[in-house]
Amino acid sequence: MDSITTTQPVHSGKAAKAQRKVASAPTRRLMAPAVIFLFVWMIVPLVMTLYYSLQNYNLMMPTMRSFAGILNYDLLFSDPTFWAALGNTLLLVAACLIVTVGLGLALALLFNRTFIGRGAARTLAISPFFIMPVVTGLIWKNMMFHPVYGLISWALRALGLEPVDWLAHHPMMSIVIMISWEWTPFALLILLTGLQSLPEDQIEAVRLDGANKWQEFRHIVLPHLGQVLYVVVMLESIFFLTSFAEIYSTTGGGPGTATTNLPYYIYLGAFFQYDIGSSSAAAIGAVILANIFAIFLIRFVAGNLNAGSQR
Amino acid sequence: MTESRLTNTLLTLLTYAVAIVMFFPILWMFLTAFKTEQTAFDIVPHFLFTPTLDSFKLALAQGNGYWHYAFNSALSAVASTLIGLVLAVPAAYAMAFFPSKRTDFTLVWMVSTKFIPAVGVLIPVFMVYKSLGLLDNIWGLTMLFTAMNLPLIVWMVYSYFKDIPKDIIEAADIDGAGTLQTMVKVVLPLALPGLASTGLLALILAWNESFWSLTMTDHKAATLAVFIASFKSAEGLFWAKMSAASVLTVTPIIILGWFAQRQMVRGLTFGAVK
Amino acid sequence: MAIVELKNVVKNYGGHKGSKDSANAVENFNLLTEDGEFVVLVGPSGCGKSTTMRMIAGLENNTGGEIRISGRDVSAVPPKDRDIAMVFQSYALYPHMSVFENMAFSLRLKKTPNDEVKRRVNEAASILNIEHLLERKPRALSGGQRQRVALGRAIVRQPQVFLMDEPLSNLDAKLRVDMRAEIVKLHRKLGVTTFYVTHDQVEAMTMGQRIVVMLDGKIQQVDTPQNLYERPNNMFVAGFIGTPSMNFLRAKIASDRRALEGESFRFKAEGARGTALDTHTANEVWVGVRPEHLRYVEDSGHGAGLENMMRGTIEVVEPLGAVTMVQVQIDDARVTAQLDSHVQVTLGETITLACAGEKLHLFDADSEQALGLEQPVSEPLSAAV
Ligand SMILES: Nc1ncnc2c1ncn2[C@@H]1O[C@H](COP(=O)(O)OP(=O)(O)OP(=O)(O)O)[C@@H](O)[C@H]1O
Ligand SMILES: [Mg+2]
Repeated sequence: MDSITTTQPVHSGKAAKAQRKVASAPTRRLMAPAVIFLFVWMIVPLVMTLYYSLQNYNLMMPTMRSFAGILNYDLLFSDPTFWAALGNTLLLVAACLIVTVGLGLALALLFNRTFIGRGAARTLAISPFFIMPVVTGLIWKNMMFHPVYGLISWALRALGLEPVDWLAHHPMMSIVIMISWEWTPFALLILLTGLQSLPEDQIEAVRLDGANKWQEFRHIVLPHLGQVLYVVVMLESIFFLTSFAEIYSTTGGGPGTATTNLPYYIYLGAFFQYDIGSSSAAAIGAVILANIFAIFLIRFVAGNLNAGSQR
Repeated sequence: MTESRLTNTLLTLLTYAVAIVMFFPILWMFLTAFKTEQTAFDIVPHFLFTPTLDSFKLALAQGNGYWHYAFNSALSAVASTLIGLVLAVPAAYAMAFFPSKRTDFTLVWMVSTKFIPAVGVLIPVFMVYKSLGLLDNIWGLTMLFTAMNLPLIVWMVYSYFKDIPKDIIEAADIDGAGTLQTMVKVVLPLALPGLASTGLLALILAWNESFWSLTMTDHKAATLAVFIASFKSAEGLFWAKMSAASVLTVTPIIILGWFAQRQMVRGLTFGAVK
Repeated sequence: MAIVELKNVVKNYGGHKGSKDSANAVENFNLLTEDGEFVVLVGPSGCGKSTTMRMIAGLENNTGGEIRISGRDVSAVPPKDRDIAMVFQSYALYPHMSVFENMAFSLRLKKTPNDEVKRRVNEAASILNIEHLLERKPRALSGGQRQRVALGRAIVRQPQVFLMDEPLSNLDAKLRVDMRAEIVKLHRKLGVTTFYVTHDQVEAMTMGQRIVVMLDGKIQQVDTPQNLYERPNNMFVAGFIGTPSMNFLRAKIASDRRALEGESFRFKAEGARGTALDTHTANEVWVGVRPEHLRYVEDSGHGAGLENMMRGTIEVVEPLGAVTMVQVQIDDARVTAQLDSHVQVTLGETITLACAGEKLHLFDADSEQALGLEQPVSEPLSAAV
């Protein structure tokens, strides 16, 4: 990266020398390690992925490597599983975002009241966020979703209803439930902090103006939460786009391709069909998808930088 | 007045209910871990039972033994967090206190690498690691955790540093402190709470990381994610043992998370909440 | 103690062409201090005071010109080696260190022996009366106490030059007046060359031995407080120094090149001012009169037309106790006059105000530069209002 020098335009040569001597911190040296590390571990492999995606390369026949042009992409686009995986990925991200943000906001409002045992209740409610995704998958798959022995089935039976084989009949919904269970606490935690940073006098002022609860929420609370909501959505998108362990430990992408998302699709292609070329092409697809989301985050980050430099 | 007090009480009860529902799967996992396999796998759930530690004994002996995996998890999580901080602190320091147009760009670039999904680099990393003998190697895994968390760490540390008034850095400059002295004697002590919460979050994310563990390790460097994934095909045969193993896997990090919840949030909101 | 010299100093922050930042923040700044002098930089917000200070401190590089401290060109010398100490508006105390450690920090960095550190910190603390606070953390101090610690941190270093950037602006009015006196006393005691930034002209007048008035990055005038008040170089300085501000009236120059007239006033230019008008080609001129130089004249019935008088209706009356401020409409200008409180005036009344001829100020109608300034009688440096 040659983009990290600090010299600014200066006028006379003498002053330019002074500039470097006095105020230029060793910026380049301080940033280099982190930049180089990310470059080696993220950018270099990314470029290699791009390269592989243009190769005929299957680990079953490692000697038969050749340039493939866009063949892998052609194959990819004509593979219905790829389109299914893309659709599943988007569906998963959208559903989980809606559930976690909606539920998280509602819970944040509930927890923002003062009541006895609030700290303990909050601690319980956010605990799922700390659970390893594989464990989440195992607990839910076995002890919650099991059609006969699962707790949900037992509860349904107790209510006189028919038990459901969740993973077989509502696979995507099951995955969404598990992921939302993990991430609603995250939304709750951050939105709650956002609510608590709302200045008391704003609420008082709007109450004096005669606003009801809903108007208060709509015109004061929501706008205040805007930036925080944005952060929640963006961070969650990053993680939802790359959901893997929950699927790996429960449905294995099935039944059929019902819960195969892009990461799982690529994982299967690379580790079970040993097809480096077309898996790489799919990986590039996943990167492009993530980058569409990234554009928004970057806007946010850049906006934040400008706000910061105006201090 | 009485009606609003009633609503109030109902809302509070609702909140308790929500907290319990959210926590229930975890509670159930803890309970199941202390059951025998027979009570664990029964068509009627047992809430009262005589606890036994048998399942824990079995879980501890699973695979290469629990401690093997726990050690790998702890080592890779702690080491990747420390390496991440060591890389991120100087970079964030430079960007927070000596900003230029290009440092802004660099920061945005660093954060945007977080948007490269792991699968986007999986295949080359796997191939290169294979040829370098880094597959199933704890340091190979640690480096991947570092790369995964570095963008977040940089951003969080940066936002903590930004909260330190520039005047204080300049005062230290005039007082005669060099870059290293300013960093060590002024900036780090001031940002310590922030650094601690950043470290905690990175630790939690690394401990719970499953994708790289499942794809890059096997035996020698296998972490708790691999340990617990070996119960994938339990199918009702050893729910108690699986629960015990799960308890062993999540407990350290739940406790850490409980203590760190307040500190974590501010950094996580990217400075959006003051 | 040192002589500080700034020669043609320029600062440009290098913003994009056409944007506000692309203009020079400081332009051609020239100043030579005496050894141990107390120099005040004053001017409206954004005029480049802080930038100038920060260039002297080395926190900012000068884009052009040179800065010398005790004859040494410091352009390439980092702040810590310039032998200066700075007091920040925000105090910039290290929040995690005790007051003692705050003050000792610079000495510790220089590996000063422990007992020497103790001696110097205690000495500074006793000068500032903060000995009892040494163990506290900054957050446990009041604003005034923090201010003292910030001063103490500067004193401990025994620098050649003190730089203070609006050190009192975060204090309340009463404390500000007290600290003002204290800083002056401190300066007298230590005799260190001091640069002091403020945008409060009263602070500037009471503290400075010499005052640098700045506007838009350019020096408008460098002078003693007395001279700034009596002989302002231009209309900006004339209006900036003194409260309430000087009144300005647009006047026609009569054919005798002495009488200056408007519809409801008439002045006569005397002495050097008069001579200046002889060679002045324009037909109009600005006349400046300070409110405190206006006198109430019993109406003798003659009305306007008399020399050095003006006549108008009272628009505002503000009794302040000792004096009464009145605003009078003279032609199209509002003129403020400071009258003795025993003078009885009523709103709407038409009154006549007079001003002694030698108190008038004349300014070029276009360039706004003063006309016919008399050479100052040499004044002692320590003049203060
Ligand atoms: N870091 C910077 N980058 C770009 N422009 C700057 C910077 N610092 C100051 N300026 C500009 O330089 C000019 C002078 O600013 P300076 O801070 O010196 O003013 P000041 O006289 O101290 O004002 P105040 O009384 O408000 O403190 C202003 O127009 C300001 O916008
Ligand atoms: Mg300033």
